[in-house]
Amino acid sequence: MTHAATSPKSMTFGEAGSALAFAALALLCIIIAAKAYTPEYAFHAYLFAAASGWAAFKIVDRFYDRPAQLPPREINGKPNYNMGPVKFATIAGVFWGVAGFTIGLLIASQLAFPALNFDTAWLSFGRMRPLHTSAVIFAFGGNVLIATSLYVVQRTSRARLVGDIAPWFVVLGYNFFIVIAGTGYLLGITQGKEYAEPEWYADLWLTVVWVAYLLVFLGTVMRRKEPHIYVANWFYLAFILTIAVLHLGNNAAIPVSIFSPKSYIVWAGVQDAMVQWWYGHNAVGFFLTAGFLAIMYYFIPKRAERPVYSYRLSIIHFWALIFLYIWAGPHHLHYTALPDWAQTLGMTFSIMLWMPSWGGMINGLMTLSGAWDKLRTDPVLRLMVVSVAFYGMATFEGPLMSVKAVNTLSHYTDWTIGHVHSGALGWVAYVSFGAIYCLVPWLWNKERLYSLKAVSWHFWISTLGIVLYISSMWVAGILQGLMWRAYTSLGFLEYSFIETVEAMHPFYVIRALGGVLFVGGSLIMAWNVWKTITSAKDIAVAEERPLLVAAE
Amino acid sequence: MFETYKSLAEFAQTWGLLYFVGVFLAVVVYALSPSRKKRFEDAARIPLQED
Repeated sequence: MTHAATSPKSMTFGEAGSALAFAALALLCIIIAAKAYTPEYAFHAYLFAAASGWAAFKIVDRFYDRPAQLPPREINGKPNYNMGPVKFATIAGVFWGVAGFTIGLLIASQLAFPALNFDTAWLSFGRMRPLHTSAVIFAFGGNVLIATSLYVVQRTSRARLVGDIAPWFVVLGYNFFIVIAGTGYLLGITQGKEYAEPEWYADLWLTVVWVAYLLVFLGTVMRRKEPHIYVANWFYLAFILTIAVLHLGNNAAIPVSIFSPKSYIVWAGVQDAMVQWWYGHNAVGFFLTAGFLAIMYYFIPKRAERPVYSYRLSIIHFWALIFLYIWAGPHHLHYTALPDWAQTLGMTFSIMLWMPSWGGMINGLMTLSGAWDKLRTDPVLRLMVVSVAFYGMATFEGPLMSVKAVNTLSHYTDWTIGHVHSGALGWVAYVSFGAIYCLVPWLWNKERLYSLKAVSWHFWISTLGIVLYISSMWVAGILQGLMWRAYTSLGFLEYSFIETVEAMHPFYVIRALGGVLFVGGSLIMAWNVWKTITSAKDIAVAEERPLLVAAE
Repeated sequence: MFETYKSLAEFAQTWGLLYFVGVFLAVVVYALSPSRKKRFEDAARIPLQED
């Protein structure tokens, strides 16, 4: 130790290398900005230049401020966890969640009252809709996944995160990607692929960030003190790895010029459609399912203070889920130019997915066996258990809708929107809220959340919102589907399209009302998180983990 | 084109099926074999152990 303390301070390879790389990137971006074909692209290039310049400065500045030695991996034989990036991603998750839900409320209201786009291009549905989906899936969900994965991998491996700059690069770089993607939609920059709207330069940036994420995660797993890799880490790894492959496959595009935001995809026609929905459905399968199942496998046992119901079932769940999900994409292209056999294949694999999905749901729910009373006293656990129930519902409905006969009725209707939101609000958002409510006191060393009562309010208000949302969309979707296929006795279509649009109005109003409640709930969460960080009581002994809050 | 379809379908319906069933059986044997019972029970407790 004394020897180490006296050794002269020098930059690590990572510090020097990344500072130089960022400085070079800043310079390149200024050149691109100067020669950009469009002002919107120039704006993005300037953003990149500013962010890279700031990063280069910050790395050098941090070097001068830090002690000669990097933080040790262990202190007194205990792992010295790196929670800074986790804290940032948690706060970012809360922020983007509220923002994304609010934009969702805006576009839901626009569908009921079109005047709400105020006749501006920026607020038009076509631009706000990808802003909403990306904000909730990638910004909110992504930050929650990054925060929880970097937390869980450290805790279950009993090892400090690999890298000094790298974890910060992952978290900040990912959020910068969100900013580029989001401002791009507002300015009209999109490659028009659903859930993969960002253009080539944003995709390239995300690739670099994602590879760093994979390396940090994998490196930490390899550094583990535990002989076994806990099941949550398997799910996180499948999520990170598969998203990398999907992202590369679906964004194989050639830019018009390095000075243009526009690119063309190498796939053509129905192949492009198939690659898009191979990507699209596996974004659901690996981003919105595998990643959040990892949250379920860590946070529910932790909060309930009992091990997962069956660890062996979790292994079968994992392998069955990842082997089946990857084939289910064609069900998005029923009755299109896609060959019939491919459609049937997608449908078959979707139906088989029932089994692993429900195996996982049962595993999550049964973890509570013998501790069901905790649901009455702990609203955080209630959020997570209800999320698993919604997971079961959504994964029952999904295979049903993938059946071609059902799909003739449900395809292109609001039933799909209702289905997506029972998964997105009920499952993904609820399990995320549960994880955030667990993480915040743990990360900031607080005895407990500022207000459990507020969590209860959040739960009930949001649940009412979800019920309004999904039930109105079921009715709207089935009504729509039936109206579209109704014929008169003479063989003419009974309803014009505009009549079906008019019929949707009351349901769109109810849906927007559900959105109001859901946004309201998320604001309660943001307030509660803020109060917990700023004014809840610290834990007396820093090493101790918070006790579960007892019944009132 | 038709021949490509036929050979692909044949391959999927025989070797594809065998591959999937084989992988599934291997996973089930791995997960359920009594010799690993203790190991998996310990693994299930990883999140609950404090450090």
